[in-house]
Amino acid sequence: MRRSSCRKQDEVLIDRLEIYQMFPVICVSVSTAAIIRLHERFEFLDKDQTGQLRPEDLSTLPKLDFNPIGDRIISAFFPPGKETLDFASFVRILAHFRPTDKNHARGGVLQAPASSSTGKLKFAFQLYDQDGDGKISRAELFQALRAMLGLRVTEEQLESIAERAIQEADLDRDDAISFDEFRKSLEKVDIDHKMSIRFLR
Amino acid sequence: MNRCGFVHLWLLGSGLLICLIFGVTKVNGNTALTHQEPHPRPPASNSNVNQTEHGHDASITGIPIVTFKWHHVETPYIIALWILMAGLGKLVIEANHHVTNVIPESALLICCGFLLGGIVWGADKKQTFTLTPTVFFFYLLPQIILDAGYSMPNKLFFSNMGAILVYAVIGTCWNAASLGLSLWGCHLGGAMGDLDIGLLQYLLFGSLIAAVDPVAVIAVFEQVHVNEVLFIMVFGESLLNDGVTVVLFNVFDAFVSLGGSKINAVEIVKGIISFFVVAFGGSLVGFLFGLLIALVTRCTKNIQIIEPGFVFVLGYLSYLTAEMLSLSAILSIVFCGMCCQKYINANMDERSVTTVKYVMKVLANGSETIVFVFLGISAIDKTIWVWNTGFILLTLLFIFVYRFIGVVVLTWILNKFRLVPLEFIDQLIMSYGGLRGAVAYGLATMLDERKIKEKNLMVCTTLIVVYFTVILQGVTMKPLVTWLKVKRAAATELTLVEKVQNKVFDHMLVAIEDISGQIGHNYMRDKWNNFEEKWMSRLLMKPSARKNRDYVFKVFHKLNLQDAIGYVTEGERRGSLEFIRNETAFVNFKKKFGEDFADVMPDITADTSDDYGAMSVMGRDPVPSVSLEMHEQSTTGVREREDVNTHHLLQQHLYKSRKQHRHRYSRSHFDLNRDENEVQEIFQRMMRNRLESFKSAKMGVAPPKHISKHSRKDQQHKMGNEKSMDKNKSNYSGDEEFEYSEGDSACGFEASGNSFPMRVSYRAGDGIENPAFNPDLDPAEQLQIPPWLAEAELDNNMVAPSQRAQVRLPWTPTNLRRLAPLRISIRSNDSFMMADNPDSQQRDDDSLPPPPPPPQRDGGHM
Repeated sequence: MRRSSCRKQDEVLIDRLEIYQMFPVICVSVSTAAIIRLHERFEFLDKDQTGQLRPEDLSTLPKLDFNPIGDRIISAFFPPGKETLDFASFVRILAHFRPTDKNHARGGVLQAPASSSTGKLKFAFQLYDQDGDGKISRAELFQALRAMLGLRVTEEQLESIAERAIQEADLDRDDAISFDEFRKSLEKVDIDHKMSIRFLR
Repeated sequence: MNRCGFVHLWLLGSGLLICLIFGVTKVNGNTALTHQEPHPRPPASNSNVNQTEHGHDASITGIPIVTFKWHHVETPYIIALWILMAGLGKLVIEANHHVTNVIPESALLICCGFLLGGIVWGADKKQTFTLTPTVFFFYLLPQIILDAGYSMPNKLFFSNMGAILVYAVIGTCWNAASLGLSLWGCHLGGAMGDLDIGLLQYLLFGSLIAAVDPVAVIAVFEQVHVNEVLFIMVFGESLLNDGVTVVLFNVFDAFVSLGGSKINAVEIVKGIISFFVVAFGGSLVGFLFGLLIALVTRCTKNIQIIEPGFVFVLGYLSYLTAEMLSLSAILSIVFCGMCCQKYINANMDERSVTTVKYVMKVLANGSETIVFVFLGISAIDKTIWVWNTGFILLTLLFIFVYRFIGVVVLTWILNKFRLVPLEFIDQLIMSYGGLRGAVAYGLATMLDERKIKEKNLMVCTTLIVVYFTVILQGVTMKPLVTWLKVKRAAATELTLVEKVQNKVFDHMLVAIEDISGQIGHNYMRDKWNNFEEKWMSRLLMKPSARKNRDYVFKVFHKLNLQDAIGYVTEGERRGSLEFIRNETAFVNFKKKFGEDFADVMPDITADTSDDYGAMSVMGRDPVPSVSLEMHEQSTTGVREREDVNTHHLLQQHLYKSRKQHRHRYSRSHFDLNRDENEVQEIFQRMMRNRLESFKSAKMGVAPPKHISKHSRKDQQHKMGNEKSMDKNKSNYSGDEEFEYSEGDSACGFEASGNSFPMRVSYRAGDGIENPAFNPDLDPAEQLQIPPWLAEAELDNNMVAPSQRAQVRLPWTPTNLRRLAPLRISIRSNDSFMMADNPDSQQRDDDSLPPPPPPPQRDGGHM
């Protein structure tokens, strides 16, 4: 046990060194192998080889087209006002999906890393919160639901589902879900588990 | 004191049991009944049988009024008695909560079995009842496994499938091989004296005892509530490795019969191939039968009564078919249950689904009980006990040690690939949870004595292993889990947000995997889901069920049902009978036609918790033609409601004759309202006015826009309603109005009137907008409020009472024969709520059987 954790720390150190070298600003601790793989992927996605991804690059992925919330995911990669995405940001976004690393969580990093459950939740939250006002309004939830449930459920049913969901989570009765309410309503969900992808470990 | 009471109860129960047993065994002793094939039947009783049987035909001296024909019913009678016995044993055990908290039920059942076995032994001087492999594998095991498969959390299972398979296949093989080899080694080393067991026999023994037993595991782990991943690991492993162990057993059995000398490389390869063929073939058979069940239930709309039967019969057939093809029957029935579960739940009527679930549980639980009891009974038999300290103790030790080693090593490998690694504590619990059970015992008794000289030693070792693991490990499991602070399963409340979010997570992970170009777990699942949706669902699901199968929506549906039931219960507590009657009819209807109704459901929630005013104004397809069927449904359905609450309500209020009901009701509450006489007087007058205004305003007015605003007010009321309700309880509704309506029973338009007031009250109860009849509600907005709230306002507002009076109007004796139209009106009322566009509204109006009553006449009669 102990040995493995030591090794892990070394790994983390190496990672960080590499990442620092590559982009000194951020320090996401994605493993070296994963970074290399991601870099390949990034170059593959980056059709015109500018080192910058554009939303179109992502949306041409055929499978993402079928994904009901694919466009939301894509737009989550591009912070408001920015049209392009460099590799650093790409990794930074993907870092949300790292499994939470307990050893590392309180390491040298001052603020919680993206892979913490709060970071994950924030990412999930912004998928709903399209206008970025820090609240999921009923309309926003409705949009999300419509994207996901699609044609199987009628508009009215969707509306009532949205209504009910809001009602469930809305503690201060402002007819919208704030981030705190969002977090509270998902308290029992194992976010680390549900929002992690193995290969990013 | 309390404890003392329990002890008394226990003593009483045990005493009762013993008496019963003595009764049974006495009979047994006299007539020497047997379960055991080899047990010879005494000639005397045989001739007795003959005599009594022939006596009937041959020499009739006179017509016997009563004859005692024990032998006629003997076998089924004994079986039924044993089932009853086991059931009673369980009853007694479960009555003692402080005992079951410490000792798991399975262990207690085994002890109960010891007791019963002792009694039988004492009476018969010989164990007449033991668990035979035939009975166990053909009649007891299938339903347990089918239930396990059917109630398997599929998503959890498949997302941990890899790990489960590794444990089940590799782990079991490892257990079998290591145990067999080590025992053989010890044998060679001389640890257990002179035994006539060769290497192959040791391996055979190892294979039969290698598998963790699902029955024992379910019994113990169900009470411990460990976290779901840990549970599915142990549970899934125990299910699958049963198949594996049976396969291994057969292979080694074949090897043993073949004899050591004839085994060459070819035979071994054949054995390995047969292992895979048997395992995968069995799963395939199960899969096919699962699909068959789904297909059959797709078209059983017209024979709903027997549609649950198909599930059981086909499930059992899948078991037997696999057995017939010498494939793994256990795997077959597991996969059968797992495959069909989704489709049959969607295809069948909700009541049938409930039936399937319950019957499945009854059968599985019953068999499980019997299995444990008989495991206990089987021990009380001198003939099987062959003691060999070395063999038995070494077996116990090796089982424990190798299980631990196997789990740790396999987990270590698996953790390299797992997203969420299994922690050491989990591994500890997993290895400690390696309970052996009835399958091992069943296999041990199946051993052929001619080929394996030491069969009895193996059987008795198996029994000891079973007792040791089930009783000792079972008892210590709970303290261990607590002590190690194993993550427990959180008691989760169903919430919509979570479900929605889970869905988002799924999509999100797939998208991220796509973006990062990984083909991972989520990707595969997505692919499977798409395939499943495209082909399997289309093929196996009713079109109507398919429309409505979205998971989030189902959760929504379920939540609303909960609310509705809660609402009914609440209403009942307040004594608002009328509203309940409507409500239950509504609930029933909704369940029946969940899909059409889905949009109405928010309305139920609306009045219970929030304002759905704007919400419920929705355009839906009204279902006018369904009305009659609804009536049918609600009457036939009365007996089979799944919710005890609602069931109760329906039986009490809906199914009975209205007249009787009304009488009883009003009589029981008579005192309460007597002082309200003058209020009633006012009611009458007010009601007349109301009716008039209703008539004038009836046609074609759009649903009021103030609804949402108003129901917001409701909400505030709601906050305080607890208090106000109590305050006004004596005031409440129904009663006084009943008196009143009795008075004007002669009214000719009552029947048609039914539809209207019912609707009004309904609306009042449920806060459902009913566009066509909104106008009459305009003057009295209180009706937006649930009945008790309306009553709360009764104090300061006279209008509400009058409205109530109006509502009660139709409940008159003369109306009794109009019950059907009445129901229809409920029905169409429901479809009303779906209608907000004028034309559908129009249709609804048409579909209403009787026109609303002209108020003047009504009034005139009064």
